[in-house]
Amino acid sequence: MAATARPISPAASLMSVGGPVTKVQVTVNGQLYTAEVEPRTLLVFFLREILGLTGTHVGCDTSNCGVCTVHLDGRPVKSCTVLAVQANGCQVKTVEGLEVGGKLSPVQQAFYEEHGLQCGFCTPGMMMTATALLERNPNPSDGEIRDAIRGNLCRCTGYVNIVKAVKSAGKKMQAPPASGGSP
Amino acid sequence: MSAEAPHVKGGIGQSILRKEDARFIRGKGNYVDDVKLPGMLYLDITRSPYAHAKITAIRTEKALKIPGVLAVITGKDLEAAGLAWMPTLMSDKQMVLPVDTVMYQAQEVVGVVADSRYAAADGAAAVEVDYEPLPVVTNPFKALEPGAPVIRTDRAEKSNHIWHWETGDKSGTDEALGGSEVRVAQDLYIPRIHVSSMETCGCIAHMDSVSGRFTIWMTTQAPHAIRTVFALVTGLPEQNIRVISPDIGGGFGGKVPVYPGYVIASVASIKTGHPVKWIEDRSENLQADSFARDYHIHAEVGATKDGKVTGLKVKTLADHGYTDAAANPSKFPAGLFHIITGSYPFAKAFVEVDAAYTNKPPGGIAYRCSFRVTEAVYTIERMMDILAHKLNIDPAELRLKNFIPPEAFPYKSALGWTYDSGNYAGALRKAMEIIDYAGLRREQAEKRAKGELMGIGISSFTEIVGAGPSQTFDILGIKMFDSAEVRIHPTGKVIARFGTKSQGQGHETTYAQILAEELGIPADDIRVEEGDTDTAPYGLGTYASRSTPTAGAAASMAARKIREKGQKIAAHLLEVSPDDIEWKDYAFRVKGVPTKSKTMAEVAFAAYTNHPKGMEAGLEAVDYYDPPNMTFPFGSYICVVDIDKDTGQVKVRRFVAVDDCGTIINPMIVDGQIHGGLTMGFAPALLEEIQYDEDGNIHGGTFMDYLVPTAVETPNWETAKTVTPSPHHPIGAKGVGESATVGAPPAIVNAVVDALRPYGVEHIDIPIHPWKVWQIIHGGTKPG
Repeated sequence: MAATARPISPAASLMSVGGPVTKVQVTVNGQLYTAEVEPRTLLVFFLREILGLTGTHVGCDTSNCGVCTVHLDGRPVKSCTVLAVQANGCQVKTVEGLEVGGKLSPVQQAFYEEHGLQCGFCTPGMMMTATALLERNPNPSDGEIRDAIRGNLCRCTGYVNIVKAVKSAGKKMQAPPASGGSP
Repeated sequence: MSAEAPHVKGGIGQSILRKEDARFIRGKGNYVDDVKLPGMLYLDITRSPYAHAKITAIRTEKALKIPGVLAVITGKDLEAAGLAWMPTLMSDKQMVLPVDTVMYQAQEVVGVVADSRYAAADGAAAVEVDYEPLPVVTNPFKALEPGAPVIRTDRAEKSNHIWHWETGDKSGTDEALGGSEVRVAQDLYIPRIHVSSMETCGCIAHMDSVSGRFTIWMTTQAPHAIRTVFALVTGLPEQNIRVISPDIGGGFGGKVPVYPGYVIASVASIKTGHPVKWIEDRSENLQADSFARDYHIHAEVGATKDGKVTGLKVKTLADHGYTDAAANPSKFPAGLFHIITGSYPFAKAFVEVDAAYTNKPPGGIAYRCSFRVTEAVYTIERMMDILAHKLNIDPAELRLKNFIPPEAFPYKSALGWTYDSGNYAGALRKAMEIIDYAGLRREQAEKRAKGELMGIGISSFTEIVGAGPSQTFDILGIKMFDSAEVRIHPTGKVIARFGTKSQGQGHETTYAQILAEELGIPADDIRVEEGDTDTAPYGLGTYASRSTPTAGAAASMAARKIREKGQKIAAHLLEVSPDDIEWKDYAFRVKGVPTKSKTMAEVAFAAYTNHPKGMEAGLEAVDYYDPPNMTFPFGSYICVVDIDKDTGQVKVRRFVAVDDCGTIINPMIVDGQIHGGLTMGFAPALLEEIQYDEDGNIHGGTFMDYLVPTAVETPNWETAKTVTPSPHHPIGAKGVGESATVGAPPAIVNAVVDALRPYGVEHIDIPIHPWKVWQIIHGGTKPG
């Protein structure tokens, strides 16, 4: 994909309060963004408030809950614990990047079909962790799934249907494209 | 469902997939923090490090020098506007910002407004406050001792006692207990816990000084009630107030109260003329938002020697923190705690509760159960096990011997409730069969002989939800009805709006299913909206498992009003008398000639294009449903635990939950609700607790030490159902959101105590952390 630099006006930057700023270039969901940020700007606020990608949420201040999980160069990270400047020159994928060409990813499809979400707040981070797990192990056991998502808290589902969804997504990834309807 | 049976797509009983998920799985939900307005400012809050202290000075100069910081708001500023205190739902009052004294650690002290989130945080950190520490009381028993420091010096009554509440027949109960062949008594403490919805609380307040319009996007479960409260407290005309509750990332009761942050943001918007966003951190959420439970219970049960219960007496001390900001119906200071006779026919019962102030944030709100039903169920289900042990009867047998039988419904309890319907033995027998109860008892005996620790625990709970009938249930005088407004468009598509507010329960789907069933229109063609007070009909909101019993019923009743009108239009179209038309198999049909019919869509088109002379055009209805009674969901849960003797770790091996919530609207969603509810019952039983030391320092104020269960600890829940419809609800539904949170804790504790019987244990207070178990096994102590 052609890299498009997107200028950010100072007014749009919620982080800049007149202190020193650093230029960062981050490719998010295939698109290159350039912005000037305070060095202390967290990646999650860069994504949410500067790029407007609000699918990545914030749920705690101690890196415990995982609702802010995104992929950084293909690995799941808690974006509340990564500075935007650390993502300089990197590839970031967020929940908004899971659907490709209007087609839900197998993980999205499976979360929908297995009722793997309720309030939806942990869902983006949970799906990013699940996607990363399935990319390295498409056929995980229940125990491996539970272990992989232990850094992502969910208060609504009791995890039962999330485990089912991740299993089902793994099967979808291995099977030829199926016809399941998307919402 | 057989292929031939008439049905409507997405009607009642079908596990259709959820409509709301289309946005959530794409990261396109719209939560409060996702809303961004032009010119929006940010609020952050300086909080107290002390649990009780005099404020001797507040210096804000340094904060105001930070680039981007625009304003500070103190208690004195609010006092000038008459807003330093605000009323609570329980007719107490609560500080927005303190003028001279802080009452708990992490209390809001100064609001700082800035043009960025980070600048606001910098500003809050730069505010300097001088404190003079005061004596702290965190133990409610000590708070009531003579000479204890009085926390609420603003009150006329110079004591920490808030209220006394009692119900039942005291002397009759004493007599029944005195005459009982067997008596058991136990102290039970249910500690403070916190809902910890994954989304914290927050708002964007916007006072438009030109139009006079005040709009607040807010994490609230009860937008209409909030609008009225705002109008009453601020004097703003109610038509100029708009409360928008967008997508809510979990509520569980924690988003019912009005927290100081909402009010400070509102004042900040009035002061600056800009929209002001306030989003609390997790630590602020855990440390300062309202808490649940904190009940110190003493219970006594009497029985005959063959195990028939005779009397129940309960005395409780409730720790409310520094104010009574509980979220109960106004006439029920201890909520519905008097459901405490549970599933058993106690002839006599008496319950009393005293409430005390302590130097803690407000307690008494929900943790997926607002009205003290969890406390009641925990008490009676623990006591039944203690009684079973005393009588040397199997706990399942004791329950089966005592259950209120199905033919006794409607059943009037000794404490005044009329249970609508139930089949308690049916649910317990089903759970016993699924889990192979007899087999487990055999296995346990074998393991015990080998010195291994395995326990089996039962809970056969009776819930009480659907508040509530207007003669007894109100919040600050507003009756606890709920509402639906249903409008059918000319093309037969529907928009329906409700006074409730989903926080993940799936209302957009389940309400559409009720309407699909009632109107014969596919659920896909029905759009459900909630959470905007400008468009939705007035309602009291979603908590206490009330949505299906109240607003769900309103959906049915509104649809039936539409059918009444539709019948006349169908008669007009079919050229027969309306009396010759019946609604059958999802269409208006000529009696005796069922093939001569009109669908609701055809009738809807005619309502706008060819309606009978003299009839108003259009096809819509509103219903404000006043439930005739509460609903009483129930169930039986059986839990099997294994305990590691070396570590004290409790492992839930199996947990079978048989629930009966009456008619099931969407089995998939009901199961999801039960999975989540069970996890929020498991959590306080084994993990979660907010503790305070003697100086009022909070322990458990972050996710590092407040142990919300992860997927690793959480058991793989097994669920099953029985169906006993509510006789008074239009579709027989009872509500399900909280059942499992209410029912699960005693099943788990009963199982752990059962496993530890060889050590002479009668009770262990929750949460049952490994160290408590380890001490029992290795130290010979008996934690109370």
